[in-house]
Order: sequence, then structure tokens, then C-alpha cells
Amino acid sequence: MVLSRQRMSYSQAAVAALQAEMAADPRVVVVGEDVGRGGIFGQYKGLQDQFGAARVIDTPISEAAIMGSGVGMALAGMKPVVEMRVVDFALCGLDEIVNQAAKNRYMFGGQGRVPLVARMPIGIWDASAAQHSQSLEAWFAHLPGLVVVCPSSPQDNYSLLRASLHCGDPVVYMEHKTLWGVEEEVDTSLQVPLGQAAHLREGQHLTMVSWSRQVQVCRQACEVLAQEGIEVDLIDLRTLWPWDRQAVLASCAHTGHLLVAHEAIRVAGFGAEIAATVAEELGIPVRRLGAPRIPVGYAPVLEAQARISVDATVQAARRLVGR
Amino acid sequence: MTATATVTPSLEHLPALYRCMARIRAFENAAEILSQGGVSAYNKTADGSAKVRGPLHLSTGQEAVPAGVCAHLTPSDYLTSTHRGHGHTLAKGADLGRMMSELYGKATGFNGGKGGSMHIADFSVGMLGANGVVAAGLPIAVGAAHAQKLQGRRAITVCFFGDGAINRGPFLESLNWACVHQLPVLFVCEDNRWSATTASGPMVAGPGAAARAASLGLQAVQVDGNDVMAVYQQAGELVTHIREGGGPRLLHAHTYRVKGHVSVDLAAYRDPAELDAALKTDPMRRAREAFVTAGGDSAQLDRIEAEADAEVAQSMRDADAAPWPDPATAYTDIQTTGEGQWF
Repeated sequence: MVLSRQRMSYSQAAVAALQAEMAADPRVVVVGEDVGRGGIFGQYKGLQDQFGAARVIDTPISEAAIMGSGVGMALAGMKPVVEMRVVDFALCGLDEIVNQAAKNRYMFGGQGRVPLVARMPIGIWDASAAQHSQSLEAWFAHLPGLVVVCPSSPQDNYSLLRASLHCGDPVVYMEHKTLWGVEEEVDTSLQVPLGQAAHLREGQHLTMVSWSRQVQVCRQACEVLAQEGIEVDLIDLRTLWPWDRQAVLASCAHTGHLLVAHEAIRVAGFGAEIAATVAEELGIPVRRLGAPRIPVGYAPVLEAQARISVDATVQAARRLVGR
Repeated sequence: MTATATVTPSLEHLPALYRCMARIRAFENAAEILSQGGVSAYNKTADGSAKVRGPLHLSTGQEAVPAGVCAHLTPSDYLTSTHRGHGHTLAKGADLGRMMSELYGKATGFNGGKGGSMHIADFSVGMLGANGVVAAGLPIAVGAAHAQKLQGRRAITVCFFGDGAINRGPFLESLNWACVHQLPVLFVCEDNRWSATTASGPMVAGPGAAARAASLGLQAVQVDGNDVMAVYQQAGELVTHIREGGGPRLLHAHTYRVKGHVSVDLAAYRDPAELDAALKTDPMRRAREAFVTAGGDSAQLDRIEAEADAEVAQSMRDADAAPWPDPATAYTDIQTTGEGQWF
């Protein structure tokens, strides 16, 4: 008997998801730098041994060719998992994802589909400074044709990676650079549809919306706030495009206050889209928390300036509800 | 070294190659006229009356390259193209009428009016698309070829690009990738000597595409791209080699861009003598001379041209009569996940 519940890390969950998909579908292949040795975060560990070098394909450091060949493979009937290492490096393949993967289906009048999953982890990678610490999910959410996924837990990483490989669209799949070691029990039979938020905590005073690693910070803030009698309705968006408007609006209609918190820069961040939508639809007070518009610095004291702390989250929530 | 035809221009092969070139030429000539006033560029203003709108990149005078190469392909072979892609599309076997309709932006076009000239594609014959971005087709071609290899198919991918593309990173990345993975891909550099409105020569370090390929150990052959039999012969050898699993090859075809960068660009920036010299090597004129010299009947080629003209004229009537796309199709074929959530 195969147990469907196993304790897994965030990276092990990704490996398990790929194992399941690659075993079930010969069209699924992995393409990228260092994938044969398991990937720099262990997110492909053991897959080349299991499925061979023809399906877990080591490539040169050629982001444009990795992303672009993923498009070509997808058009030719494969389902590539395209490894970009970190989102910061995916910028070297931006034409291939923005002008090619995202536009192909529409501009050719629906003649082809580009079913691929481009993994490009986001977030501040401790002490890695400005070129390895960005959260650029809003860039991709802006682009028609793309799905944008930001899982925050091992369970979601397992279920959403599988869902991404089934959706038939190009998916920008953004794990977080520092969540790889996080462990929890994962139910491998659990399906999570793209575009469905997770309701992590129920409360009547305030809706808090977040995603990716910032969810952890929000959870801690909720504990502090609960001690003060402020009960938070916490929503993990999980998928940024399409985002779960229904869940967010329903919660906001109930609580009357919205705080959106993300690790990405606040200016033109995706939090602005959510806050504006809620303000337009419900006219309730909204507030955004995001990084200042500064590059991430190396020294701990500089890096900390780009982080949204538990304390800052608690204070923003208090102000919003008038405490 | 530059290869030239070592076989006698074949009376058997030339009419088909000539027909391919004649259809491209007739299409480009018509599209050129239809597009005047269709775009604001090069000191011209769009007046709203043109049937064909937007930037239109003509391959007039370059017909021998797609004709000679694509004669060796089947619909199961893939092709990626450039912004100057009408010739590639026709040579790959796509329907001329549907391409004209797409240039008109009509519902009956290949892309239902969503793409126009720069995004001409006919996936049903393996033509995976023209592209508005220089060198963008190279990685896609490499991926398609990689899939063909993984799938164990005998099919190959042909990747057309221009001399301007060899200065972009994806050129190096894709050639290297194709060599590393020994993929069934034929890279075809259509060297028309112009990068938009800048002469390519002063912008290219070293001798060009073939030399850059050779530096990676990728065998490259140079060919007179205005000699359709030479292109046909060289491409045939390379395609056979690739189809038999021999790995990637590059064909560097020397041709000339007779028109401006886009159809409203009169190319006043170049030396008229350069154009005059190029016109003397016009590929259709040369093919005709070769055909007649070998004993062919010139009237046969006249008939081919007349048929091509008639086909293009019919395509214009059809495109004129065709409906515009339903505005609702602006919201279709984008993505399935989140479909309907456009705001």
C-alpha cells in the first residue's frame, strides 16, 4: 500500500511532483543548468538517475536558449519543465518568455499551445545581494498568456507543480529561494487547482492577503494580533494569475479591512492590483506592505531594510483597524 | 568556400523551383503595392486606406533560398522564420490565399487576423511562425529539433535567420546547444547584407555566419543564394546528412535585399550602384537563363508566372470579400487557465 501522506521538504515535494508527472507522461522533460546533479536547491534530486539524461537534460548557461528551446519543445509536443535557476537569471531569457511563450498561442491564432513550466525562484536569498534577491512576480502577472504561481508550502509546491504541468498554458512557477528546507506532511493525493487561494486563518477584523515566503511572516503577525484581540482572516493567494478575486472580495466584505503584504517592492507590486480591486469593488480601507524601492543590499543591516518584518506587519494591521 | 551548382541545371527540377520563386515574387509585389500608406515610418504617414497595414518586410529578390531549401522538406519537418517570412511560408507549402487574408487582417487568415505579416504561421505544414524579434526563431527551432530527436522522429527542423541575427546572443546559444545535443537542425543564414537600415558589413566582426559556426565545430557551407540550383543542391546534401542523424549544419546563403527594410522604406540610404549590381544577379532571371540554356522552353516559365499572378489576384479578391474577425476573438486563444478573467 502506498501512503499518500509523507513528510517532505518544499524541495522534496517538488521532486515528488515531477517524479509523478514524468512517470505518468513521457512528454514531460526537464531542461536547464545543473539539473542532472539535482539542481542547486535539490529540486531535481534523483530525477536524472530515474529518468535518464535524455529527459533530465543538462544544458549550457544559455538562458535564452533554455527558455526558447522550451517553447520549441512545447510546440513540438513535449511538456518541458524549464529551469531558470532564479528569477534574476530568467531575465536573460525574457524575450523568450514574454514575446514567445506568452504570445505564441494568441498571435498565431490558436494554432499552437505552449504547455511549459518555467521555474524561477523569487525572494531575498540571504546575503546574496541585489542580483540574486528579487521578487518579480508582478512583472509576469502583467502579461497576458502567462500563469503565475507562488507556492508557500511543501503541500502547495507538490500540488501546484502538478497542476501547472496539466494546465496546458505557459506557467511562470515561482518557488521561494529560502523555503526549500521547510517541511510538512504532504498529501500526494491532494489536488489544488490553479487560481484558488488558501484560507489559512479565520478572523472578523481584518483580511490579510499574502503569498510565498511572506505568508510565514503574516502567520506570526496574526498570532501577535490575536493576543491583542485582532482576529485576522489570512489568505494565501498561491496563484497570482489568475488570482482568486472571489475569495479575497468575500473575505474583505466580511472584515471591512484589507492589508496586502508581499516581499516584492511595494511600488507597482501585485499588492497594488489587489488593493485597487478591493477599493473599487467594496470601497473599504486598504493598505499595502512591500519592500521600499531599493536594491537588496549585502550587509545584514542593509538587507534588513528590504524585508517586511512581523513587527511592521503588526503595526500596519493595527493602524488599519484603528488601534 | 562558396559552393556553386556542379550539376547541370535540371530541366526536371527547375520548373518546380521556378514556380515556388514566382509565387513568392508575385505575392511580394502585390503586398508591396497593397501596403503603401499602411504604416507611419520612414517619413511616410499611414493614410488609413491601405489594405495591408503595419510594417511589411519583403523578401523580393531572396526567393531562391527558401525555394531551394524547402524543396527538400515535408510537412512533418518544422521551419522557423523571421520577420521577412512570406517566402519561407509559401515554400513550406502554406496556402497563399490564407496568407494574403492574414495580411489583410481578415478572419480567414492563418491567424484569424491576430498576427498579420510579422506573425505568419501555418502549423499544419510545420511552419512554426514568422517572428517580430530578430534571432528569436533560433532557440525555438533548436527546441523543436530537440523534441524531434527525443521523439525518435526522422523529421528535421530548418531555421531561417538573417545576417543581422548573428550579432544576437541567441544565435550563439542556439548553435552551441544544437552541437552539444547533436540535433537535427539546419540553420540557414539568409545574408541579404542589410540589418534594417544599416549595412551589416561594418557591424559584423569577422567573416560572418559560416565562420562563427565553424568556430563551434558546426560544419557550414556557403552558397550563392541567388542561384536556386546551387541552393537546392547544397541544401539537399545538408538535409540528407541531418536526416540521417549526422547532427546540425549551417547553410550561409549570400543574397541581397532588393527592397528597403519595410515596404515603405525606399532605401535611399544605399548606393544605387549596389542595387543595380544586385539586380543583375536576380535569382529568377538567372534561373530562367539557366533553364533556357539547358534547353528548356521559356514559355513554360511564362505560364508559371502568369499562373502565380492569377493566384495572387484571386487571393486579393478573396481577402477583400472575407469578413473581419469577430471583435470577441480579441479575447480568445490567450490562455485557458483564468480564461475570461481579463480585467
